[in-house]
Amino acid sequence: MQRRIPLIIVLLTGIFGAVAFFVPYPAIRNADEIMRNDVQRIITAFSLVLGVGSIVQHHLLKIRRKAQFWPYSYITIVALVITAIIGVFGGIDVTRPGVLPTRVGNFSFHIQTIYSNMMVPLAATMFSLLAFFMSSAAYRAFRARNLEATLLLLAAFILMLGAVPLGRFIHHRLPAFAEWILAVPNTASKRGILFGVELGIFATSLKIILGIERGWLGGGGK
Amino acid sequence: MNISTDPWVWIAAILTLAIFSFLYKENPLYRFAEHLYVGIANGYAITFYWHRVLVPSFFDRVGAASTPIATKIWLIVIAVIGALYFTRFIPKVSWLVRIPIAIVLGYACGASIPRAIDAEIIRQAKATIITRASFAHWQTGLWAVIILLGVIATISYFFFSSERKGVLKPLSYAGIIFIMIGFGASFGYTVMARISLFIGRLQFLLGDWLGLIK
Repeated sequence: MQRRIPLIIVLLTGIFGAVAFFVPYPAIRNADEIMRNDVQRIITAFSLVLGVGSIVQHHLLKIRRKAQFWPYSYITIVALVITAIIGVFGGIDVTRPGVLPTRVGNFSFHIQTIYSNMMVPLAATMFSLLAFFMSSAAYRAFRARNLEATLLLLAAFILMLGAVPLGRFIHHRLPAFAEWILAVPNTASKRGILFGVELGIFATSLKIILGIERGWLGGGGK
Repeated sequence: MNISTDPWVWIAAILTLAIFSFLYKENPLYRFAEHLYVGIANGYAITFYWHRVLVPSFFDRVGAASTPIATKIWLIVIAVIGALYFTRFIPKVSWLVRIPIAIVLGYACGASIPRAIDAEIIRQAKATIITRASFAHWQTGLWAVIILLGVIATISYFFFSSERKGVLKPLSYAGIIFIMIGFGASFGYTVMARISLFIGRLQFLLGDWLGLIK
């Protein structure tokens, strides 16, 4: 029962999701609309419990076991709780304040202020670090050993040069050539790969609906 | 030099420098910023789902006098199913978490089948086919031919059902050529995107924070 009921639900909702695309009857269209706008949205919002719950559980376990760098786990948990309290009770729109005051004098600690001044700088800097690591990895890994590797190297180099003023300075047609690489050979290879990816999605979806692929059920249960 | 007096600019600058300190080596300042980021990102996600999804889609509608009783009951049933995610943390009934997952996963899989075929396979194939309109200009015609050959070559590279000999051998080799150019282009594009983020952070540090540049 613990595995059969979820498998039956997957089969029924899967068939409905696929059939609703083709059936023009208003009743089916309305049901599909409800499924998309109510059921999926509300249930997906609750799925956040899994993610946040797992992170909290992981950090509490680290603190309990005094694992390596465990004091930092307090920072994650405290930051999570404070941000969530400010966000949920202080309101998400600056123009519509919530029950919790988010301003002390001229100092605002509204969730959007936290987002702009803490989350955005942290995320942008974290991702900008990748420029250094990608460049150093490329320096070590990219060697023009054969034609294929040389083409990869050249395409990357032309794309990078084409995006900066130096490229135009070297040759006035370099930016246009970089755009051509993106629009023609890149499109051709991406489209070819995309066909494979979509056929893979089709096959995997079918396997999940028919209960052949059961990895999502996890372990345990009958 | 016109250093900012806004405390939030200072907080953002210190956090930016804390993350950049990783370029030297892993250190307590970086670890602090990293853990802070995870906490804030999750806290913001809770806020977002609460205000943008649960409040308008559930609480506002259930609380509204104009909503029919049947709709209210239906919404409450959906919320109860969603709340089954909490059972993940109660070992005895943790299997119930499979019910909301089954509903979301089943519908998403079912809906993705016709959409994948329609939008990603049929329309992409249509865009690849050469028509008379492709040759409105000799250049566009030539590029359309290259794209068609590139798509066929790329697909043939991933065709593993028969040995690579005869026409399949040069075709799959041409596929590798196209794939390598594609990967190179993606790599270059991604590096440039990251570098533009890096420039953005430098502009913030030197402009908004230190006031050295405008």
